[in-house]
Amino acid sequence: MSVVDRPPSSSEYEPRFAGGYDLTRPEKRFVGQHLFVAIVALMIGSLMGPLQSFQFSGVDLYPYLDPIIKSYYQGLTLHGVLNALIWTTFFIVGFTAFTTMKGLGRSLSHPRLNQFGFWTMVVGLVMTAIPILTNSATVLYTFYPPLKASWAFYLGLTLVVVGSWIEGWGFFLTLRAWRKDNRGVRSPFIALGGIINAAMWQIATLGVAVEILTMLLPWSLGLIDNTDPELARTYFWFTGHPLVYFWLLPAYVSWYGMLPKQVGGKLFSDSLARLAFWMFLIVSVPVGFHHQFTDPGVPQTWKWIHALLTYSVFFPSMITAFTVIASLEYGARKNGGTGLIGWIRALPWLDPSVAAQLLAAILFMFGGIGGLTNASYSLNLVIHNTAWVPGHFHLTVASAVTLSFMGISYWLVPYLSGRQLWSPKTALVQAWTWFVGMIIFSNAMHVLGLLGAPRRTPLGDATYVPEEWNGHLLRVSIGGGILLVSVIMYGVVMVKTMRTERVAAELVPTVPIAEPIRSAQLTPVWLDTFKPWLIAAALLLLIAYGPQLVDQIWNMNLNAPGPDSTPW
Amino acid sequence: MSSGEDGAPDQLVEHLSMGIDPYEKNWMRASIILLVIFFATVTVAGFSMGIQVVGADAEVDPRIVTDSGPWAEPGVRMIRPGEYEAYVIAQTWAFVPREIVIPVNSEITIHVTSPDLQHGFKVTDTNINMMVVPGQVSTVTYTFDEIGEFPYICHEYCGRGHVTMAGVVKVVSSVGEEGTP
Ligand code: HEM
Ligand SMILES: [Cu+2]
Ligand SMILES: [Cu+2]
Repeated sequence: MSVVDRPPSSSEYEPRFAGGYDLTRPEKRFVGQHLFVAIVALMIGSLMGPLQSFQFSGVDLYPYLDPIIKSYYQGLTLHGVLNALIWTTFFIVGFTAFTTMKGLGRSLSHPRLNQFGFWTMVVGLVMTAIPILTNSATVLYTFYPPLKASWAFYLGLTLVVVGSWIEGWGFFLTLRAWRKDNRGVRSPFIALGGIINAAMWQIATLGVAVEILTMLLPWSLGLIDNTDPELARTYFWFTGHPLVYFWLLPAYVSWYGMLPKQVGGKLFSDSLARLAFWMFLIVSVPVGFHHQFTDPGVPQTWKWIHALLTYSVFFPSMITAFTVIASLEYGARKNGGTGLIGWIRALPWLDPSVAAQLLAAILFMFGGIGGLTNASYSLNLVIHNTAWVPGHFHLTVASAVTLSFMGISYWLVPYLSGRQLWSPKTALVQAWTWFVGMIIFSNAMHVLGLLGAPRRTPLGDATYVPEEWNGHLLRVSIGGGILLVSVIMYGVVMVKTMRTERVAAELVPTVPIAEPIRSAQLTPVWLDTFKPWLIAAALLLLIAYGPQLVDQIWNMNLNAPGPDSTPW
Repeated sequence: MSSGEDGAPDQLVEHLSMGIDPYEKNWMRASIILLVIFFATVTVAGFSMGIQVVGADAEVDPRIVTDSGPWAEPGVRMIRPGEYEAYVIAQTWAFVPREIVIPVNSEITIHVTSPDLQHGFKVTDTNINMMVVPGQVSTVTYTFDEIGEFPYICHEYCGRGHVTMAGVVKVVSSVGEEGTP
């Protein structure tokens, strides 16, 4: 928005409930603090990525990092934790605080509670980072036992999660207060969407919470001697799959509820947007066994049930594809776009925030197709734990999500700080370099996976690499190099933006909130009510996870102590 | 804006249809049909085409698993001509045995377990792909119908030597040519 000069779109309407509510200075600062931590984490975490990719073609830069980073694996732990866990969680919680306040048009009902949640997350982050940086938690971001990290690593991660829960409670209470004052009014989509995501997160993280508190933390403190690694995997993936929807849904909040406005259009269907979110709440969690197709200790029947449930996620995804594309098309046609696909050219591609999110969505379509492959029983056997898998999720979390969040930050950071974006052109080039770099990187990783290259492996050192992998390994490095440029550009744009002078209020970007084509008041009440959906989610969870989970807990065998000395 | 300006009958229609566009309805119908096709494909592939994923086969105590029984002497054994079994230990940072030699067109059942950390067992160019988890036995049966070398690679991070952890299945024209078994 208003980052690039465009004639004002004809729909300058803002929903009544959003009524131009401007966050107060402290509220803006509070959201900004989340983004600050998130972006710093991304900058540090992402720098490891190109190093990994260079290693693949034999360019080993790790010796230069020696005092801090001692190995490829330590760097990979930092990369996974900072990018996949910290950048995402801090950005999402901050963005949800923002959409809750802006959407509902009011302050948080318990700001102290949310501040407490935020600082709990920060303390957790510091506790997690210290053991990683001192090489006493080189266990990767999945921390499968019996790899044993320092207790501080587990406690730190727990605090990050607990902090995010506390912030979530703050959002629910705010929504409740809003409902009291607005009986009979549909809650605004951008607020509801973020809060549905926060609810899903509370259910989903029960898995790792139990894993850490009942097994890993006592074990790392020496209170128990052994672990049950298979049970730990089941706990982990209970959280691990919905984690990807936790990342994705805030991007969907923007794609459904903000991006249409940025292209001069409207939300095509408020009802379907909500339906998709509720469906994600229900089907995100009971699908975790599809990460365990190749695990011993989980019966085939459960794997098959979860394979079917995984495919049902396809349905809300298709709704999303249709609604988002229709909303964009609506805007493009209003701005003079014509033709079956020619309208795409009438989108404001020069606005870096729009371009980043459109490119993110395009990469996500490739990612979605690959995801169908991963979830298929038989194809999973070919690609499980190969380079295909990081190839896949760099299209999803590292592009659909990360590039969308970057696009959001291109108006959100100026809005929060009362400034204008520094050099929209640089930002535009940043989005495109990410797109191009990621296509090269990810395609090569997919191919390597099909050829049998394992993941989580410094392939530059492996002795089993056949000749035919070499060209693809080189392409991974080239893609990584382009991405390195892109990451640096992102950091520069952010820092430079914060160093420009504040501008007059009317020059600061406004918050894009897309009005639905049909008034949200026409959306049925059942699409604006938590209760039936939470009950459905709980029931499906009980049916689809309950029996196998109870069985594994009942037959728990704490018998794996791990190796005698630190294995890294 | 509230719905005040819309005519009442219209509003009712919109209410019943949730204001869903007819194109969108067709799109949703098509998605559901595709979904049913996916369900069917996964089910058929999972049950009738002999695609085999690991299940809950056997549990062991990782602390003593290598002390006695088949895991005390990992390796390949012939059960009867054309049928083999292999017990493989995945440990930091090697597979024992490092080599599995079998004649072409024979069926082999491979059992893998780990006494220490989690590992992976993927045989290149086959659909043998298993996690190896302490306390569990991962079992797969496969018929090698091509002569050649098929590396098995550890694909789960298992510490500093992870990158070196690999072995090879050698499928030969007849046993004896390569010594073992
Ligand atoms: C700057 C661009 C990036 C490059 C060049 C890059 C490169 C890589 C490479 C080569 C790997 C594979 C390592 C292996 O399996 O041995 C990897 C893993 C991974 N990357 Fe990235 N990455 C980048 C950005 C990101 C971002 C933005 C995210 C998430 C938001 C991310 C999340 C991950 C995760 C979760 C893993 C898996 C770690 C593990 O297996 O434990 N990456 N990355
Ligand atoms: Cu291993
Ligand atoms: Cu390994």
